[in-house]
Amino acid sequence: MKYNQARWSRDDEDVYEPLLSEKDETTVEIGGGGSDDGGTGGADAASSEADSGSPLPDDLTRDELTLPELSEPELARHYTRLSQMTYGVDSGPYPLGSCTMKYNPKFTEDVAALADAAVHPDRPERRQQGTLELLYRLQDYLGRIGGMDAVSLQPPAGAAGEFAGILVARAYHEHNDEGHRDEVIVPESAHGTNFASAALAGYDVVELPGGEDGRVDLDALEGALSENTAALMLTNPNTLGLFERDIEAIAEAVHDVGGLLYYDGANLNALLGRARPGDMGFDIMHYNVHKTFATPHGGGGPGAGPIGVAEKLAPFLPAPRIRPDEMGYERFEPDHSVGKVHGFDGNWLVLVKAYAYIARLGDDGLADASAKAVLNANYLAEQIDLDVPYGPFHHEFVASAGDRDAAEVAKRMLDFGVHPPTTKWPEIVPEALMTEPTEVESKDSLDQLAAAFDAVMSEDADAAADAPQRTAARRIDQTSAARNLRLSWQSLDGE
Amino acid sequence: MPLAATNGRDRRSQQAAGDEGAPVTRESAGGSPYAPHGESETAAMLSAVGVDSAEELFDVPESVRFDGEFGIDARGEREIREELRSMLGRNDDLVELLGRGHYDHYVPSLVDHISQRSEFLTSYTQYQPEIAQGFLQVLFEYQSLFVELTGLEIVNCSMYDAATALGEAATLADRVRSASGHRVLVPEHLRAERRDVLANYVSGTDLTVESYSMADGNVDLAALDDLLDDDAVMVYAETPTVRGAIEEGLGDVADLTHDNDALFCLGSDPIALSLLEEPASVGADVVVGDASVLGLPASYGMGLGLFATREDYVRQVPGRLVGASDDAGGRRAYTLTLQTREQHIRKERATSNICTNQAWVALRTAIHAAWLGPSGLVEEAERAVEQAQELAARLDAVPGVEAPVHDRHHFREFVARTDSSADEIAADLADRGFAVHALDDDLVQICATDHDDATLDEFVAAFEEVTA
Repeated sequence: MKYNQARWSRDDEDVYEPLLSEKDETTVEIGGGGSDDGGTGGADAASSEADSGSPLPDDLTRDELTLPELSEPELARHYTRLSQMTYGVDSGPYPLGSCTMKYNPKFTEDVAALADAAVHPDRPERRQQGTLELLYRLQDYLGRIGGMDAVSLQPPAGAAGEFAGILVARAYHEHNDEGHRDEVIVPESAHGTNFASAALAGYDVVELPGGEDGRVDLDALEGALSENTAALMLTNPNTLGLFERDIEAIAEAVHDVGGLLYYDGANLNALLGRARPGDMGFDIMHYNVHKTFATPHGGGGPGAGPIGVAEKLAPFLPAPRIRPDEMGYERFEPDHSVGKVHGFDGNWLVLVKAYAYIARLGDDGLADASAKAVLNANYLAEQIDLDVPYGPFHHEFVASAGDRDAAEVAKRMLDFGVHPPTTKWPEIVPEALMTEPTEVESKDSLDQLAAAFDAVMSEDADAAADAPQRTAARRIDQTSAARNLRLSWQSLDGE
Repeated sequence: MPLAATNGRDRRSQQAAGDEGAPVTRESAGGSPYAPHGESETAAMLSAVGVDSAEELFDVPESVRFDGEFGIDARGEREIREELRSMLGRNDDLVELLGRGHYDHYVPSLVDHISQRSEFLTSYTQYQPEIAQGFLQVLFEYQSLFVELTGLEIVNCSMYDAATALGEAATLADRVRSASGHRVLVPEHLRAERRDVLANYVSGTDLTVESYSMADGNVDLAALDDLLDDDAVMVYAETPTVRGAIEEGLGDVADLTHDNDALFCLGSDPIALSLLEEPASVGADVVVGDASVLGLPASYGMGLGLFATREDYVRQVPGRLVGASDDAGGRRAYTLTLQTREQHIRKERATSNICTNQAWVALRTAIHAAWLGPSGLVEEAERAVEQAQELAARLDAVPGVEAPVHDRHHFREFVARTDSSADEIAADLADRGFAVHALDDDLVQICATDHDDATLDEFVAAFEEVTA
């Protein structure tokens, strides 16, 4: 059996890396004031004090600041050790469904560092032409890939893109004196962010039950649509990995009542070069460039969620957009812009990486990535000895753990050196194990994943109860974490 | 007009097209270089699935099949590096004395090296805490850093930036306030974009955003008092303000706010908070701001939204929280907690729609703060006060210039009044290699962070020339 993560002896208390505050606590007295209650320190922490000579009057400053004060070599070891207790795509397979955990090319990191030719966004436009050109080119690439007429790069993550997209939909309806539309329809299997983004924008969310084949049920859709429909938010392929084959009928039904069709780009990796949201009738979409175009997920961000729209919605896009002018490139605010969803222009470094990745792959490479992602998902679904309802699949599938608890199965999979799938979601599959291997896994690593699935499923369920056994920490009590909240080292005092 | 139709292949792509002979992938031209499939493996997998080619697996009706081309040529790594170097080289070489919410502090090498460790970089949200202990511990340490800096008990592990964090603060205030109300009050001196984002965040609620006036760069307490009534849900103030003035009446702002049963939200940043009054001690209920002043150099406005609040509101907090717990061996371990607030569980009833956040930037911020330590943080903050003060004094000595305009203590930046047009001064300074903000007809804003003495000497000399 192959094991992918650094493993520490778990019978020795010393394996745990202490908190920085357990290594040192130093108190700096501000303004040289005479407080005498210096560093108190944790159990093992060394304490010390220092004074500062504040240039501010005492009534504008704090009295003291207490934090760890450690040398660079001590910090380098602390964080290196912590990195070894973290599992990433570079450690091994990471088939977390709907998250598209792809390998991240190393050179995109380097060109993003090159981009720390990074400038302040407020410098005059004439003096940031390089930055504006790169952003313009990325707008252009994304428009081509999504079949969209206009793109705004501003939203700093997928959910921020959803929110921006819904704001665009609302502005469009209001502009057309259709401000009474107060409902957004979302399929029950959709990403939770769809519901939350629509609600944040002030809409009533109408949940659409799935059809028997796991796809949108046209009759149910007709029942949900009305003159109050502002938009239908859909991902295609959906979260079960199924392509909505009736997409044209869906688009027609939504458009017939005057609604807009919104494309959640989280699953775009399955379609590159095979179909484009714009061609399928979608009016608005967001791109999760950190998923589809392989930006490292960084432990949960930053991402970027540019949005693309059909021509009729272009005037409502968030500002700024970039366009060529007689001297190069300029920002502009569309005529009826919804304004801003980020204080500046979004997550620049992520956008640079997305540009570099798209440039590296080009038309054929992008199409090939989708082909391999879809092949990998179908191969893995075929190899595992689990019930996989519905089908055929695009880049992800949802297996059912049957009478086993999917979360327990996932915990036991950790002992086989792989990251488990997303569990218990979408809820329409009982004990769901939502699996997305992406194109970057070889046949060997897919076989490793399949072996891990099958080994766990063929064991007695009790074996999972004590899992994981081979990881940096054993099973963590999440109930007591929520019941007895300790959210900082300060709250651990006295332990 | 569709972009895809109007924009033909650009110059650089055409150049690339000329090199089509060179294979750009591991196996053959045209494939993804990051799909590791060899021919025999692919054949075995296709056979296991029961198809002849991957194309058969695409369940896409003919009528919506895409049979065109994007028109994007694949390039090699080296070519893309050259392309970006050349493109970004078109940015002018300017010394930026620009701030107003985005600051360029030196980031130590340790931050780059550690944050680039691929276990950190290539992991995702810590849904399986047993194999994410390292990242969770760093986020727990990040939360602890801001518990110390703000004095508030609850810190989430990131929003996108200061503007979106402010938006989330307003929706939190709307949820937690016992009486209903409609108004969010913000300072007249507020970055316009920050206000725009706030307006969008509250656009789905009944809240409206109104400005209160400022008096000599600080909150005009009398004006705020006049505006405040029980219809106000939240009052927002900043220290330092967008003009760099340190706010002197925070305790009074908090008292006025609380007298009207509204939440007091304070905007700041970790370097400023290392020196300035602890927000909890002046009555702040929520602290927001951009934490990327530690950890990220100037990066085109990319940020890290700080969000801290009181324990009372923990179940209404947006975003992720890392908590300490125990593992089955009885040892301390870390895990995401209170996830039932989040959108992946509670959908439209979640406290926020945020999913992907800025975790990796938070990691960088935590490392940078640890590298500085409390002494380094306080020194950095003191320098931000002293440098602004000295630079303002030097400009004040220039004929026709008054600096700082506001008779306040400043942090990093300040506003200067000039006899001539601010736009012209900014343009002339740019010609001499310096970027500053032109605010108004006769107001320019100048921000110094890690600029060395020689650079500031040159800047003052240039300023003398352009105002002469």
